[in-house]
Amino acid sequence: MAEKIIAGKTIEVNEEGYFKDASQWTSEMADEMAKEFNLELTEVHFKVLDFLRQRQKAGEALTIRSVGKSGITDIKGFYQLFPGAPLKISSKLSGIPKPTSCI
Amino acid sequence: MKRMLILGAGTAGTMMANKLRKALDRDDWDITIVDQYRTHYYQPGFLFIPFGIYDKNDVTKAKADFFPGGVNVIFSKIDRIVGEENKVFLEGGKVLLYDYLIIATGTQTRPEETPGLTDKLWYREIFDFYTLEGAVALQKFFKKWEGGKLVMCISELPYKCPVAPIEFVCLADAFFTEKGIRDKVDITYVTPLAGAFTKPIATKMLSDLLQEKNIKVVPDFYLESVDNDKKVIKSYDEKEIPFDVLTIVPVNLGDDMIGRSGLGDDMNFVPTNKYTLQSNQFENIFVIGDAANLPTSKAGSVAHFAGEILFENIMSAIEGRPLKAEFDGHANCYIETGFGKGALIDFNYETEPLPGTFPLPGIGPFGLLKNTKINHYGKIMFRWIYWHILLKGKELPIEPHMTMAGKKTQIN
Ligand SMILES: Cc1cc2nc3c(=O)[nH]c(=O)nc-3n(C[C@H](O)[C@H](O)[C@H](O)COP(=O)(O)OP(=O)(O)OC[C@H]3O[C@@H](n4cnc5c(N)ncnc54)[C@H](O)[C@@H]3O)c2cc1C
Repeated sequence: MAEKIIAGKTIEVNEEGYFKDASQWTSEMADEMAKEFNLELTEVHFKVLDFLRQRQKAGEALTIRSVGKSGITDIKGFYQLFPGAPLKISSKLSGIPKPTSCI
Repeated sequence: MKRMLILGAGTAGTMMANKLRKALDRDDWDITIVDQYRTHYYQPGFLFIPFGIYDKNDVTKAKADFFPGGVNVIFSKIDRIVGEENKVFLEGGKVLLYDYLIIATGTQTRPEETPGLTDKLWYREIFDFYTLEGAVALQKFFKKWEGGKLVMCISELPYKCPVAPIEFVCLADAFFTEKGIRDKVDITYVTPLAGAFTKPIATKMLSDLLQEKNIKVVPDFYLESVDNDKKVIKSYDEKEIPFDVLTIVPVNLGDDMIGRSGLGDDMNFVPTNKYTLQSNQFENIFVIGDAANLPTSKAGSVAHFAGEILFENIMSAIEGRPLKAEFDGHANCYIETGFGKGALIDFNYETEPLPGTFPLPGIGPFGLLKNTKINHYGKIMFRWIYWHILLKGKELPIEPHMTMAGKKTQIN
């Protein structure tokens, strides 16, 4: 298990940099981590992060499709918000454990 | 008289009817099973049809041959479940009451969810092999095809039998090699995953295998639409891949009936307790097979292992005992790799597929994450096991829970 200092706090992360404990997260941490991906987070970004945190808390599966159906943005918009690998990047920034693909 | 109602008579539903009829007293318990179709398909066999290894007759039998005596069978489309009233409505208005309900309505492919997929090239140069019709149409096409770009694309996660598309490209490699035109066929495997599979060790083994067979892998490709005129598939982030023939795993969704009943997530899979297999919404509704939202593979082997757990828990529920049996997500999948060989993976919710031997530690006979001849026979034997043991609800000499015995956690 690794540790990482984000926004002045020591956070337990896995080998790929995902949070182990979602409750350690703050929005400042998201802002700081976003710099690694050359992103400047807006209100819509945070709505997506919030959606992911809620779904994760409820124990529901996280998929690109479910974000596309969330009403916050569509799938195309999700790709524009977090270019390249939207689910990977957004779940990292939202401080949740890595989403397990169900296969 | 108490009522046990099973919805769906595919792999999981048929198996549960057999297990429960043996255990529940006929004087006390009525068991009813409902399905819309009379034919049972051995779906794992669809994979072999495009290459002429199996034909239609090898994968179809009458459902009626697999129900035990003393079970009421109704062939009808199910319209909806009303959990609050313990009622199920069939199409046409007939109502069935239940004390316990088992949902086993599986998952279906929905090509119409992807724009352009079912356009003018559908079943001409675009095929699925997840349905009998698609597999048969592709067999006809491959007989005459002289080569070009073959693209295998997975539309969306989750989809049933996650290894089937990998097996498909391996079998295609062997098929075109044997036909003597492999040099004219360019095979590309396109997936929304970050690699050939989800978990690191299996991904490495399978990527190496695909590379060896000169099959290109395009990861992180999330399909948006198909352009029939340009013959390209397009992703949401505007990547394009050209094809001459496209084979596709369409979007998989649970049956619409689940959505209409208010029992599904946004893909119509039923939120289910991953250990007890009880629905999250109603205590007397249980879910098994592809219909559940469990974080494991949607596969017949999973339904088989889950069946033993579900059986125990239903018996406990009936007798007013706590649900003690816990499913671990155990999956065990043979991967056909072509040229008479196969690989095998064995895993669960917590443990990724690891190398080793199965089922006997150090002996096998099957090799985990190894490409061997004996694994291929495992796959071939699976059809016999499916019809004669699995559907009949009989036990296999394999524990329902995954075991670490025989697995290597250190890779050298
Ligand atoms: C190409 C391919 C290869 C595969 N290979 C393998 C393999 O090698 N190993 C393995 O373990 N698994 C494999 N599988 C997966 C396996 O076939 C499925 O996981 C398994 O059949 C699931 O069983 P089930 O009972 O949940 O669903 P199904 O067997 O699909 O049964 C669902 C039933 O519900 C009925 N139904 C649904 N909705 C309604 C309704 N509204 N009204 C009435 N009836 C309804 C359907 O008609 C159907 O009969 C493969 C699948 C495919 C497609």
